[in-house]
Amino acid sequence: MSQYVLRRLLIAIPSLLGISLILFVVLALAPGDPFSDLATNPNVPPEVGLALRAKFGLDDPVYLRYLHWLVAMTQGDWGFSFVSRMNVDQLILQRLPTTLYVIGSAQLLALLVAIPVGVYAAMKPYSIFDQIASTLAFVGFSLPTFFTGILFILIFSVKLDWLPFVYTTDIKATGVRWFLEELRQAIMPIMVLGLFQAASMTRFVRAAMLDVIRLDYITTARAKGLGQARVMVKHVMRNAMIPVVTLIALQMPAVFGGAIVTEQIFRIPGIGSLLITSILANDTPVVMAVTFVFACLVVLFNLIADVLYGWLDPRISFR
Amino acid sequence: MLDTDLRTMIDDVKDGRVDRRAFIRRMVALGLTVPMATQILAIGGVAMAQSPASYKPTKRGGGGPLKLLWWQAPTLLNPHFATGTKDQDASRIFYEPLASWDVDGHLNPILAAEIPSVQNGGLAADGKSVTWKLKPGVKWHDGKPFTADDLVFTWEYATDPATAAVTIAVYRDMTVEKVDDLTVRIKFDKPTPFWANAFVGAYGCILPKHLFAEYKGAKSREAPYNLKPVGIGPYKFVEFKPGDLVRGELNSDYHMPNRPYFDTIEMKGGGDAVSAARAVIQTGEYDYAWNMQVEDEVLLRLEKGGKGKTIYAVGGDIEFIMLNFTDPNTEVDGERSSTKTKHPLFSDAAVRKALALLLDRDGVQKFIYGRAGRTTANYLNGPEQFVSKNTKWEFSVEKAVALLEESGWKAGSDGIREKDGKKLKLLYQTSINGPRQKTQAIFKQACQKAGIEVELKSIVASVFFSSDVANPDTYAKFYSDIEEFQIPMTQPDPAQHMRRYHSRFVATKENKWQGTNFPRWVNKDFDEAIDAAENETDPLKRAALYIKCNDIMWQDTVVIPVLHRLKVGAIANTMHPVISGWANDTDNLQDWYREV
Repeated sequence: MSQYVLRRLLIAIPSLLGISLILFVVLALAPGDPFSDLATNPNVPPEVGLALRAKFGLDDPVYLRYLHWLVAMTQGDWGFSFVSRMNVDQLILQRLPTTLYVIGSAQLLALLVAIPVGVYAAMKPYSIFDQIASTLAFVGFSLPTFFTGILFILIFSVKLDWLPFVYTTDIKATGVRWFLEELRQAIMPIMVLGLFQAASMTRFVRAAMLDVIRLDYITTARAKGLGQARVMVKHVMRNAMIPVVTLIALQMPAVFGGAIVTEQIFRIPGIGSLLITSILANDTPVVMAVTFVFACLVVLFNLIADVLYGWLDPRISFR
Repeated sequence: MLDTDLRTMIDDVKDGRVDRRAFIRRMVALGLTVPMATQILAIGGVAMAQSPASYKPTKRGGGGPLKLLWWQAPTLLNPHFATGTKDQDASRIFYEPLASWDVDGHLNPILAAEIPSVQNGGLAADGKSVTWKLKPGVKWHDGKPFTADDLVFTWEYATDPATAAVTIAVYRDMTVEKVDDLTVRIKFDKPTPFWANAFVGAYGCILPKHLFAEYKGAKSREAPYNLKPVGIGPYKFVEFKPGDLVRGELNSDYHMPNRPYFDTIEMKGGGDAVSAARAVIQTGEYDYAWNMQVEDEVLLRLEKGGKGKTIYAVGGDIEFIMLNFTDPNTEVDGERSSTKTKHPLFSDAAVRKALALLLDRDGVQKFIYGRAGRTTANYLNGPEQFVSKNTKWEFSVEKAVALLEESGWKAGSDGIREKDGKKLKLLYQTSINGPRQKTQAIFKQACQKAGIEVELKSIVASVFFSSDVANPDTYAKFYSDIEEFQIPMTQPDPAQHMRRYHSRFVATKENKWQGTNFPRWVNKDFDEAIDAAENETDPLKRAALYIKCNDIMWQDTVVIPVLHRLKVGAIANTMHPVISGWANDTDNLQDWYREV
C-alpha cells in the first residue's frame, strides 16, 4: 500500500513538470502585457513600462523565465505579483478561507441533496418521486449559474430585499450575529452553486445505484431475508459509491479553485475571482501559481480516489 | 486695438483699481454675456470668485460608514505605482496632494496654504518657477509633522528611474527645493505655463519621507507601506485586501475643520458595472459606485423609483475615430502603416471630409451613450477657455455623396465608388466594447448608402490597447484605415492632450510604436502652434494657440470626434459627493457628506 502511494507520487513528478511547462509556455505565448494599462495612460512615459518589464524579468527568454520560476517554486517561493506587488502565496492565502467556506459549503449541500435523493429515486425507479427528481435535475443542470445567480439576485435582493448581493469579507459583528450575517450573505451563492452541482450528481448517484441494484448478489441478499435498509446501505451503496467517489474526488480541487462565474456575480473575493482578474490583468505569476496549485490538487485527489477504491472494494489491489 | 484695451482693463481688475463687478458690467455693456466676461477675467489671470463649497456638516464625524463600490478592485496603495484609476482612487483616500481640481477644473487647496498666483508671488513672471506654501501644523497619520522635506523626497522618489514610478513624467523636468520648513520652490528647465501638475491631483500625492526614505529606487517594491499606507488624508488606513477591499477610519487629526463627515470608509472592488449600479441605485447597499459604463437605457430603468441616481461630471474625454494617413496595406522595411507611404484613399481630403459627414453623432449620442455623452465637432473639449467655437459638424449622406462625386469617385458596377482603380473600401477597427460595436454598425450603414464599403473588426481590449510589439492588432500599430477609441483628458490643461499629434511623436517601428501620433499625421502649422503654446506664458495667447491646433485638426479631418464623454457615477439620493471631471473620483473626498 505505502509502496503503491510512493510510486504514484513519483510518477506525479514528471506529469506535474509537464503541466507546469505547458502552462508556462501557453501563458508566455498569450497576447497582452501586464503593464498595458500604463501604455494607454498618456501621463506615463513608455520608459516606465519598459523599466518595469526589465525589473520583473519579462524581457528574458521564455526558457530562462521558466527555469527561474521552477527553481523558486521548489524553494517555496510562489512568485511576486506584478499588479499587487506582493508575494503570490500571501495573495492566495488571503483568498483561501472565503473560497473554502463558500465552495465547500456548496459541495456539502450538493452531497446532502444528491445522495439521499439519488438513492431514493433508484430504489423506486419511475415512481412519481423519481420523475419529479429527474425533471428538477434536468432543469437544474441546464440552467447555468450566471443565470440562476442573477435570477436569485433579482428575486431575493431587488424585489424582496431580504439578502445582500455584495459579499463583504469583514462583517462588523461578533458572536451569533456575525455567524448569521455570514450565513445571510453566503446563502445565495451557496444555493446557486450547490443546487447546480446537486442536479448532475443526483443523476449520477441514481444511475450508479441502478447498475448495482440489478446484480445477482443483491437478489441473493434479499433472498437471505435481509431488510431493505440493510441491503441498500451495506450491499448496494457501498459498491455504487465507487464511481461517485471518483466524481467527488475530482471535484474537490474545484473547492480550492473557486467558482469563477459565481464569485464574479456575487463579488466573492475567492480564488476564482483572483484567477480571472489576474488573467485579465496579465498578472502571469498569479495565474501560474493558481493554475499550478490547481493541477497539483487534481493529481493529489486522483491519488486519494484510487486509495479510497481499495477501501471501498477490497477486490481492487494495489500493485 | 480692443485687445490692448481689454488688457489694461484686466490689469485694472488685477490691481484692484476696478472691481470684478464693474468690469463685468462694462463687458456686458459691450455686448458680451456674463459668463464670457468672467471667462476673460479667468484666463487673464484673475482668480475666479470661488463659489463657497457647499459643505454643511458642522462637526467632524458622526456620519456613519461611507460605502464605495468600484467594479475594478484596487490592487495596490502606492499612488506612485498606481497602474490604473482604481489604484489612484484607493490611494487618494489616505494620501493627499497640495491641491486638487474642483468641479470646474480650478485648483482647490488641500495641503497648500494658498494657491500660487502672480499676485501672491507664488508664480514667477517668466514661468520658470512656482513657490508653494504649505499649511502649518499638519501631521501624518503616525503623528510625525508634515514638512517641505516630504515634498522634496517625493520628487526624488518619483524621478529615480530605478523606482519605476508611473509619475516620473510629472516630476522629471523640474527640480524641487526646500525654501524653509513650510515652503518649497519648483524650478522648471523652461517656461512652463501649466505649472499645476506636480503635487496636484492623484499623481501629486505626497509620500512621508520618514517611512519611504529607505525604500527609494530599486528597493521600492519591498516597502511594506505599498500595501499599508501611512498617509495624511481624511481617513486612516485600517485594512487592505488586494483585489477586494480597502478600509479606513476617520482621522481625528485631519487638517480641515469639520471634516471628514464619515466615521469609516470602505471601498469594495470587483464584479461588473451593471450590478454595481444596481447595488447603489436599486437596493441602496452602497453609497457610491464609480465609472458607470452602462447603457443609459439600463440606468434610466434602474433609476425609476430607486434609492439612488446617476451623476455626471464634465471633463475632456473624447471618443473618436482616427484616420490613418499612411498605407496600412503596404509593407515597407517590415512595417505597415509606414511613414514612407501615403494612404491611397485618404490622401484625397474629400474622402476624409465625406467620412466626417457620414457619422451620425446625434444618433450615436441618443441611442448609445445617452446622458453620458455630448456631440461635438472638436477634439479639444475643455476647459471652457480652450474650446473652439469655429468648428461645426453635420450628418448628411447627400453632402458626402456630392463631395465624393465632385472629386471623381464614381460608383462602380458593385455600387462601391472608385477612382483610378482604387475602390473606397475601408477597414474600421476598435476594441470589443458594446457601445463601440454599435457605433461601428451605425457608421457602416451610412457609408454603405454613400457607396463606401466598410469592413468591421473588433479586437479584445487587452490586445488592442497593449504595447506588445509582436502583436499586429494594437492601436498604436494601426494596421487599418480607421480606428476608434477614447482618450481620457487627465488634467484640465490641453498641453498633453494636444501634443500627441506633433510630428515628432509619430508611431513607427523605430520607436517600437511608442509614439503617440497614431494617425502619422504631419502638419507644420500644427507643430509650430504646439511648440509655441508650450512656451507661451500669456494665458490668453496660449488658449488661442490651442484653439488653433484644434481647428487645424478639424480642417484636416485627422480625427472624427464621436462624442465628448462625461464621467458617470451612481450615488445614493441622500449623498452629497464632489465629483470633478478633471480629477479622480476620490480627489475631493474630504468634502463628501450625507444629508440626514
